[in-house]
Amino acid sequence: MKRIIAKQEFCMGCGLCEVYCTVQHSKTKDIVKAYNSENPKPVSRIRVEMNKPVSFAIQCRHCEDAPCVTACLSGAMRKDEETGLVTHDPEKCMGCWTCIMVCPYGAIKIDVDGKVVAKCDQCAGLDVPACVANCPNGALVCKEVKP
Amino acid sequence: MSKYVIVGASAAGIGAVEAIREVDPVGTITVISEEQCPQYSRPMISDLVSGKADFHKMMCREDKFWENNQVQALTGRTALHLDLTDKFVALDKGDHINYEKLLIATGGRPFVPKIEGSDKDGVFTFTTVSDAEHLAAKLETAKTAVVIGAGLIGISVTEALVKRGIKVTLVELQDKILSLLLDAKGSDIVENVIKKAGVNIVTGQSVQRITGKPENDQVVGGVVLTKGEQMTCDAVIVAIGVVPRTELVTGTTVKTNRGIIVDNTMRTNVPDVYASGDVAEAYDFVLDQNRLLPLWPLAVLEGKVAGYNMAGKKTDYEGGTNMSALKYFGVPIVSIGIANPKDDAAYETLVMHEPERNLYKKLVLKDNVIVGMTLVNDIQKAGILFHLMKNRVNVKKIKQQLLNEDFGIATLPHSLRKKVYPGEID
Repeated sequence: MKRIIAKQEFCMGCGLCEVYCTVQHSKTKDIVKAYNSENPKPVSRIRVEMNKPVSFAIQCRHCEDAPCVTACLSGAMRKDEETGLVTHDPEKCMGCWTCIMVCPYGAIKIDVDGKVVAKCDQCAGLDVPACVANCPNGALVCKEVKP
Repeated sequence: MSKYVIVGASAAGIGAVEAIREVDPVGTITVISEEQCPQYSRPMISDLVSGKADFHKMMCREDKFWENNQVQALTGRTALHLDLTDKFVALDKGDHINYEKLLIATGGRPFVPKIEGSDKDGVFTFTTVSDAEHLAAKLETAKTAVVIGAGLIGISVTEALVKRGIKVTLVELQDKILSLLLDAKGSDIVENVIKKAGVNIVTGQSVQRITGKPENDQVVGGVVLTKGEQMTCDAVIVAIGVVPRTELVTGTTVKTNRGIIVDNTMRTNVPDVYASGDVAEAYDFVLDQNRLLPLWPLAVLEGKVAGYNMAGKKTDYEGGTNMSALKYFGVPIVSIGIANPKDDAAYETLVMHEPERNLYKKLVLKDNVIVGMTLVNDIQKAGILFHLMKNRVNVKKIKQQLLNEDFGIATLPHSLRKKVYPGEID
């Protein structure tokens, strides 16, 4: 499976990963429209953490024994046996926030409509996730790891 | 003969099946459930009543969950008694199923106190899909309801009723709603939001008597409160709590307290007999003792631990605590561990309260370790705080940052970050 690893020493805290994550998960996939005309604006599923001089970006780690999957009340959060990804089905999500309570990384957010959660899906359909592809300093890398 | 027999097919039973199959792909599994279609999410029954979810959406596992895991699912069946010597479960139609490993995951039953008139048509409990369907049917004609008990289930059903346009009175014996979960300030915030939704809240009282309709005394027509006040209503929902369904082990050598007593592998005092979920007294890592904690996520986790051990993979339960995420009436809340420390001298509390934003955050610390948290309207970092809490991390150096909006993993000093989040950030 693929994992996105944050390289702390290269992160400048510019926040472009958040911007491109937002765009990738927008309806229009257009940076101007996503920020200016999409209402509500989609949430970024990656978060830049800053505690100067330290900064790094973090998103769902797709944990092996994922607490969110065990805790999920509705069965919306699942571990995909083939890809190793933790997937979230917004159609099944009941918006109970139990996954937010147990995620050790704080990587699950309440989505814009306030009804379901949103989290990293490693940009389903893209070869390289948007945050990795658009990091200007190589602070996010996508590595194949053993599940 | 079935290698594994599981009595109860809700959260703990489902968790156990998944764990067993991870370790043992072939051993025969038999699950006994009183319900016809057991793999649904009980916490979602309020969404069924409100109309937000249909039955299919409530399925918390795939439709063919039992088939896919090669489980013989005996649905609509009741386990009547156990024979621990000859190792079998006796079922309702007279048949026996022998087991090598047994899991008792019978859950809890709603507690209904003796109230005069509680046998009338229109009195409901609210834990199963069948309860929800009965209540939903009543709502075709009902206009007003009284909910007894302002805990998780009571408030959940209240919200569903409000969404259906029902005028609700919520009656709570304690002085505050959600008193087992929140402190006074947290409780007040929720109370105000619920009142704004048009709910009448009565605290410090209970229902003394349920009365009939003038034209038909067998049908609920109203209630009389402890202090004598009368009110009319078309339905009464009793949501006081659940009691463990231990009746299966009554008269056997399986030890019980209020629930079935288990060790940290979820095994009872009898070899090859395990218990998990609402029926069991499992470990609370905050209180450092075993207790009843009837919560869905913990039941799944306990079921998983039992399943691993039954299948031969030695696994210890890390423990849970009183913990819930709430979404009622649009206010996100996370509450974990101790909300109201009794002995103030031993505890330190950190509080952030911004009434204009309805923001309230409180941490309870003991010896610089987080032992309780209440987060209202800003729950984003709840999981990070919970991670520190579960790992009993000394937070002395970062105390002042814990409640800040920009608190995060980066707040942790480098050495601590490496220890608590090994291998994650290069």
